Amino acid sequence: MNLALIPLLPLLTAFIPSLFRNRNLNAITAAAIAGTSMLLLLSQAPAVFNGQIPLSSWSWIPAIDLNLSFRVSGFGFMFAFLILGIGLLIVLYARYYIAEQDPMGRFYTYLLLFMGSMLGIVLSENLILLMMFWELTSISSFLLIGFWNYRSDAREGARMALVITGGGGLAMIAGFILLGNIVGSFELTTILAAKETVHAHHLYPLTLILILLGAFTKSAQFPFQFWLPHAMAAPTPVSAYLHSATMVKAGVFLLALLFPVLSGSALWFFIVTPIGLITLMFAAYMAMFKDDLKGLLAYSTVSHLGLITLLLGLGSPLAAFTAVFHILNHATFKAGLFMLAGIIDHETGTRDMKRLSGLWQYMPITGTLTMLGCAAMAGVPLFNGFLSKEMFLAETLGPNLFGSLSWIVPLGATLAAIFAVAYSIRMVHDVFFKEPAANLPKKPHEPPHGMRLPAEILMALCVLVGLFPMTMAAPMVNVAAGSILGAATPDYHIAIWHGLNMALALSVIALIGGSVFYLQRLRLFDSHLWCSRYCDGKMTFEAIVSGLVHGGRKTTRLMENGSLQRYIALLIGAVVVLGASPFIGSDAPFIGPLALSGVDPVTLIMGLVLIFSTVATAIHHRNRIVAIIMLGTVGLIVSLAFIRFSAPDLALTQISVEVVTIILLMMALHLLPRTTPAESSRGRRWRDIILSVAAGGGCTALMMGVLTRPYDTIAGYFLENSKPGGGGTNVVNVILVDFRGFDTLGEITVLVIAGLAIYALLHNFELKAPQTDALGHPWTEDRFPMILAQITRPLMPLALLFAVYIFLRGHNEPGGGFIAGLIVASVLILQYIANGIVWTRPRLNVDNHIIMAWGLVIAVLTGVGSWIVGYPFLTSSFTYLQWPLVGKFEVASAIAFDLGVFLAVVGSVMLVLVKLGSINSVDAQRVSTSVQKEKKDKEGAH
Amino acid sequence: MELLFSTCLGVMISCGVYLMLRGRTFPVILGLTLLGYAVNMFLFVSGRLQTNLPAVIAPDRLQYTDPLPQALVLTAIVIGFAMVAFVVVLALRASGELGSDHVDGRKENKS
Repeated sequence: MNLALIPLLPLLTAFIPSLFRNRNLNAITAAAIAGTSMLLLLSQAPAVFNGQIPLSSWSWIPAIDLNLSFRVSGFGFMFAFLILGIGLLIVLYARYYIAEQDPMGRFYTYLLLFMGSMLGIVLSENLILLMMFWELTSISSFLLIGFWNYRSDAREGARMALVITGGGGLAMIAGFILLGNIVGSFELTTILAAKETVHAHHLYPLTLILILLGAFTKSAQFPFQFWLPHAMAAPTPVSAYLHSATMVKAGVFLLALLFPVLSGSALWFFIVTPIGLITLMFAAYMAMFKDDLKGLLAYSTVSHLGLITLLLGLGSPLAAFTAVFHILNHATFKAGLFMLAGIIDHETGTRDMKRLSGLWQYMPITGTLTMLGCAAMAGVPLFNGFLSKEMFLAETLGPNLFGSLSWIVPLGATLAAIFAVAYSIRMVHDVFFKEPAANLPKKPHEPPHGMRLPAEILMALCVLVGLFPMTMAAPMVNVAAGSILGAATPDYHIAIWHGLNMALALSVIALIGGSVFYLQRLRLFDSHLWCSRYCDGKMTFEAIVSGLVHGGRKTTRLMENGSLQRYIALLIGAVVVLGASPFIGSDAPFIGPLALSGVDPVTLIMGLVLIFSTVATAIHHRNRIVAIIMLGTVGLIVSLAFIRFSAPDLALTQISVEVVTIILLMMALHLLPRTTPAESSRGRRWRDIILSVAAGGGCTALMMGVLTRPYDTIAGYFLENSKPGGGGTNVVNVILVDFRGFDTLGEITVLVIAGLAIYALLHNFELKAPQTDALGHPWTEDRFPMILAQITRPLMPLALLFAVYIFLRGHNEPGGGFIAGLIVASVLILQYIANGIVWTRPRLNVDNHIIMAWGLVIAVLTGVGSWIVGYPFLTSSFTYLQWPLVGKFEVASAIAFDLGVFLAVVGSVMLVLVKLGSINSVDAQRVSTSVQKEKKDKEGAH
Repeated sequence: MELLFSTCLGVMISCGVYLMLRGRTFPVILGLTLLGYAVNMFLFVSGRLQTNLPAVIAPDRLQYTDPLPQALVLTAIVIGFAMVAFVVVLALRASGELGSDHVDGRKENKS
């Protein structure tokens, strides 16, 4: 448990610092959280230093092999110690650095989020879990770089970092999945032991390249190095923490972590070594010419990351050992140097080395600390940087796979070391010496002691490790390297003096050469001008991004030009293409083996009528009234087809829906133009005809393919259980209200939502119907046909009774709530049609949306009822009752559900039609006066 | 029978699609209705063309048609109505607000 808490605690409690307004409280809570994690980590120390790897694991999503499992290997321990140790120093430093107007609580929240994610990376046992933390660091680093979100460079830098590291992360996910599938497990312990399996697998090269992409982008290796200098727009505590000590090390951490399983092949060497070497030299060269203090440090960081990559690429155990040692050393001096750069920036108002000079007399302590840090960075003896750098130079001299070109590696390394000395001297000399300070935005002075303290601690460590490596660093480096290398760990004695050897000679060359370089810097600056213009990847990056955005806009404009016709055409065209594509090149027979059945004359005639009226609808669509009549014919024949093919329920539903649909269309037509103008061009019309024939032909072919193949149905279960389980013989109805009652509930909910949407659209909306027909004749005054009016009144109770009958018998014979609802709605609408809205509205003064809502409520309550009795939602039960006159009668709880369906259907259909009938402004006025008159009459009667 | 049915279906789909591609709201509504019929038929017939075998349990009957597509189509018919009604109202509201019954709310005719 303790183990999982180390990363999870900062993640889960990250919100706490932002709860406070007080800046000290913000810092104290953040420090307390980080400190607790540190204590938890230290509690694992005894086991780790004994060579054990404590593990703890919970199953999370077994289906994708994702476990919440953590491990503390020696290497992980070292990293976690760095993260928390430097994290604590950063918390203190940031308390002084972040300005009062900035939201400090939020800063600490982001910082803790990052800390937890980073700890998650180094302590994960499960590769997928590691991936999740990896992405979290990308996100939290985005938030931290963009902390000053009002600055455009901060936003751009944050975006660039997110795109590059996030993109690399995507590649890495793929690599991890491949790796996990090759090994058959995502647990690191298993993976690390599976070197032979992985190397032998034919996907090893791909896996390696994908994982390296992730690592190289995160660690800013060439050619992805450019995001790191731009991330310097972040507040300096962030640069010190993320961009020197921790996050950018995640890439090399991963390389080292998977070193036992991925390294050792020629491919590994030939990718990792050159990338490391190029990054090392290129970035060291760039660093010399950066005028921005943080820019210099950023390139120096990239260069050191390249150094570590190069070491891991070389692949010998001692090289890996050196890499681990250098990770530790670099984190110490570089975090400190960043803090010092931040102090200089904070106290002088600038970090431009062209403006800074002669600060020694104002800030001697800061100056001393900077000198110590730069000495470590340059690799001056007696500092920690010297130790690992000399070991590195010694490693480069060893034989490697470049064969006769092996000398390239030590040459490049020495050149980079020369550059490193040069930029280290520059950082000290340009800032603290040269001419006296002048023209600075602020009067420089020493910072508050609390701000300097973290840098003092780190510099003290640099010196102590440099002087007493065996006591200060060796135990941790040994256990860390040991967890990577296992039995192959070299028994190496870190020492300042190894005697007069080649490595020492190279170190001396670097120190002297670097000094000479610095003295000759002016000449070099000129030669460098072209490079500073072209070597920044930012331009390329921005060009790619803006190209993508531009392309995206263009595509959007092409697809989404605001024309519904184009959308529908594209949609249908796409469906046709996608639907047809699988058949192209397939030689499977399209028509199945079943024989076709014969056609009887009546069906044939009906089919022909259907085709005729369908085509007529399309042809005459401009004469809208004709089109409606034809459409009505189509609907009627469809309902006949349902009867013909054994679906009486569907026929009943279809015919009643048909009635209301046609009424609806007629009402709509009353308010819309009677004709459609001809406006499609010839070409457009042909395009549409081709498209629609393709769609229709495709459906015909598909239907034929389906109908001529044997099929297997799950209907047997419903047919068998309808009577014994659902208590009804009409299987369709039993399915609706019982077996699939939940679906029906969803469907009436949709119906009710549509009703409500219509209600909302038409509420307080008035539309003036045209006063004349298409030819300009005025309408005659509306008189309602007396015979129809007289007949509909007695018809109504009869029809209602019929609806009750249909409703009640629905469970056993064709019928049910849907159909009964539609019948009632048709009858009520008939009253409106025969007598007019002015007459009917006051007599049927019920709110249809209330009926509709009640329907839904009843249906849901039926379901909840079975819950209360202890059955699953919507379980139905039934019993038989003896009714006087009617006889034995079945009562099922499903009938209450069906009642809900009935009410919802009546309510929504009536809502639509009545609302639609009353939006004609002339009628609406008449209705409101008549309702008012009615009210007055009633009041008068009282 | 299968061929006749498939042909009818294809014609309904074709005409529905053609009408959907028109520029005024009313033909689009007509097309939507036609397409609705066709889709319901398509679903329904996935239970195959059966004559005189309604899915109402009776002791003397041995064979029944497949009730499941029927149940699905029954609700689909009603929801289809709701959809058509919604589109009709949307068209009315749009023509009220925009003063044009063109699907894109265009005011003047191009031709």
